[in-house]
Amino acid sequence: MALAIKENNQLYITSFEEFEKNINGEAKNWLKDLRRQALTRFDELGFPTTRHEEWKYTNISPIAKENFIHGTESDAGLVQKDAVKKFDYDGLDAHTLVFVDGHFNADLSLIGDLPEGVKVKSLAEAFQTDTDLLEQHLARYAPFQDDSFTALSTAFMNDGAYIYLPENAVIEKPIHLLFLASDRNEPFITYPRNLIIAGKHSKATIIETYAGTSDNRYFTNCVTEVFCDENAYIEHFKVQEESSNAYHISTTQVNQLANSNFVSNALDFGGLIVRNNPGAILNGEGVESTLNGLYLGTGRQLIDNHTTIDHAKPHCNSHELYKGVLDGSARGVFNGKIFVRLDAQKTDAKQTNQALLLSNTATIDTKPQLEIFADDVKCTHGATIGQLDQDAMFYLQTRGIERDMARDILTYAFASDIIDRITIKELRDYCHHRVLVKLQQDRLEGIDKE
Amino acid sequence: MLEIKNLHVEVEGTEILKGVNLNIKAGEVHAIMGPNGSGKSTLAQVISGRDVYDVTNGEISYLGKDLLDMEPDERAREGVFMAFQYPVEIPGVTNSYFLKTGLNEIRKHHGLETLDAADFLKFIKEKAKLLDIEPDMLNRSVNEGFSGGEKKRNEILQMAVLEPKLAIMDETDSGLDIDALRIVADGVNRLRNEDRAIIIVTHYQRLLNYIVPDYIHILLNGKIVKSGDKQLAFELEEKGYDQIKADYSSIKTKLEETV
Ligand SMILES: Nc1ncnc2c1ncn2[C@@H]1O[C@H](COP(=O)(O)OP(=O)(O)OP(=O)(O)O)[C@@H](O)[C@H]1O
Ligand SMILES: [Mg+2]
Repeated sequence: MALAIKENNQLYITSFEEFEKNINGEAKNWLKDLRRQALTRFDELGFPTTRHEEWKYTNISPIAKENFIHGTESDAGLVQKDAVKKFDYDGLDAHTLVFVDGHFNADLSLIGDLPEGVKVKSLAEAFQTDTDLLEQHLARYAPFQDDSFTALSTAFMNDGAYIYLPENAVIEKPIHLLFLASDRNEPFITYPRNLIIAGKHSKATIIETYAGTSDNRYFTNCVTEVFCDENAYIEHFKVQEESSNAYHISTTQVNQLANSNFVSNALDFGGLIVRNNPGAILNGEGVESTLNGLYLGTGRQLIDNHTTIDHAKPHCNSHELYKGVLDGSARGVFNGKIFVRLDAQKTDAKQTNQALLLSNTATIDTKPQLEIFADDVKCTHGATIGQLDQDAMFYLQTRGIERDMARDILTYAFASDIIDRITIKELRDYCHHRVLVKLQQDRLEGIDKE
Repeated sequence: MLEIKNLHVEVEGTEILKGVNLNIKAGEVHAIMGPNGSGKSTLAQVISGRDVYDVTNGEISYLGKDLLDMEPDERAREGVFMAFQYPVEIPGVTNSYFLKTGLNEIRKHHGLETLDAADFLKFIKEKAKLLDIEPDMLNRSVNEGFSGGEKKRNEILQMAVLEPKLAIMDETDSGLDIDALRIVADGVNRLRNEDRAIIIVTHYQRLLNYIVPDYIHILLNGKIVKSGDKQLAFELEEKGYDQIKADYSSIKTKLEETV
């Protein structure tokens, strides 16, 4: 088997030419060049096969071989208003940007009032209004040299969310970015691209939600870049609720300067083939970085999380806790990279990965990958893979609780550990409920209320 | 109520119970004593339905039903309860949810209305108070971080909530201070009535001062070698198991000689 699949490259090149003709008329040269470079790089890379070290356990050939339709317009007619309602987290009071098939939809969005100087808008609009900042930050944090999907994203980037927080800006309400995939018959691809620039001492909470509205096949190839200037505090949630036949590949890359704090919670419920690459560079002293995640796989789902924490400077702390529940023939992959650079003395890095396998056919491949070049550091990592605790099962049963219910209670408890860390009540409730639904049981009534 | 006949139990090919016979009627309290490793917990766990133990021979009937044919949760709903020697920690499940769910499953089984959160809270708070259990412990994860004594009291709280017909207490007294012992004993005595049977597994005569048993059985190496009334506990305290063992083996030798 080859290292790369290139048989569909022409589709992307042709689609790119079409795309460029349509939107690049007014594009600045740097942007034109950037897109072209990225496309060229993709053409060289092709799609990775499982012979590629980073893709060993995740076979994306169904994605590589699909003839996805490009250039879908934002057509709100294709999604129902109740689709927005379904993912508004019980009417959560937020600055909401809704995207349909990757394009901003003003009618469905409700951005509301923002503090002085704060910008929350579509990236498409920002290409007109904020070119200098974009040139400074866009594609600077998520490198595309070694990553086909980021290369594609960079070539086709056109819309998504743009958030700019000036120095000292504090946004009280969460910003919710809701990416809905419409109910089209043909398989299509979208390229949501988000850029978050958090100025010194700024503070915000951002939720990204990716959701399908039917069970159709499509591919969300999304990239979010976050820049945290000194002392910025960003709390980030990513809820993945794609359709049961969808492909979702995401990169979230954060660049943190001194004393900034980035906390992320990734929640994966949907999708057929899912790959997330969350990463942070701790690029100043005194940085705090947290990457937490919960993934629930059933049926034939494949959920792969490849995290990267890069300690580039001294005196930084990183925390990682990933938990997975896999049932049916679902497969999970967890790969946790931690780099501690020569300069990064007094690093404290902690990584924990736990997977719960509920069936004999569910599997997980997990690998910590620590590369430590400094000598005065503390790095701990632990991975546990297990079935349900049989002592606990028996204990519950001896109190009158039947087996299936006992199983659900213990699974729910396992997952709750992550969910309970969600600071937004509405989102926390949603996730608790979602876990119950995913366990397909209504027997646990009341467990989330005590 | 409970009839155990010639019960043989193995774990991973090793025989642990070697023909236990026990007959317990409603209203009775039986104590089972015996040295470490003699099979007391094995007996308790088999009655509760733990599946790591293989019953290779014998039978257990409970209220006329074949107990060994029932799942552990069915047994519980039919009124069998065991207070664990080593209560299990369940992170992420609150004690009160755990208790409420168990109680409601049992109530449903008996065609009773389930208790809602508010009713349950009232009910449980009273029970907890009687056992001197801090209300805070109800909101904590089941047994997680509980002290040894708190775990044991929590078992008795569960027993008080579930109101079993047959309660087995596996060394509930070990690790309890003298005040806690009295509180636990009061809790058990409150449950004592003519419809209920209680089995107390213990190493110490101390508990039996508070909960006076009708019968005491001595389990030795997988067999009940001696049964008697509460006097037996004093005898045991005096002589120790060695004497009993010696007596038993001399009887056994004689029996074998006569055969
Ligand atoms: N799950 C198991 N796997 C292997 N051996 C077991 C298991 N359970 C019990 N045993 C063995 O069976 C024997 C009896 O154990 P049991 O726990 O019933 O003793 P006990 O009388 O309750 O002792 P103690 O007074 O120490 O609580 C011991 O030798 C023990 O090691
Ligand atoms: Mg024991």
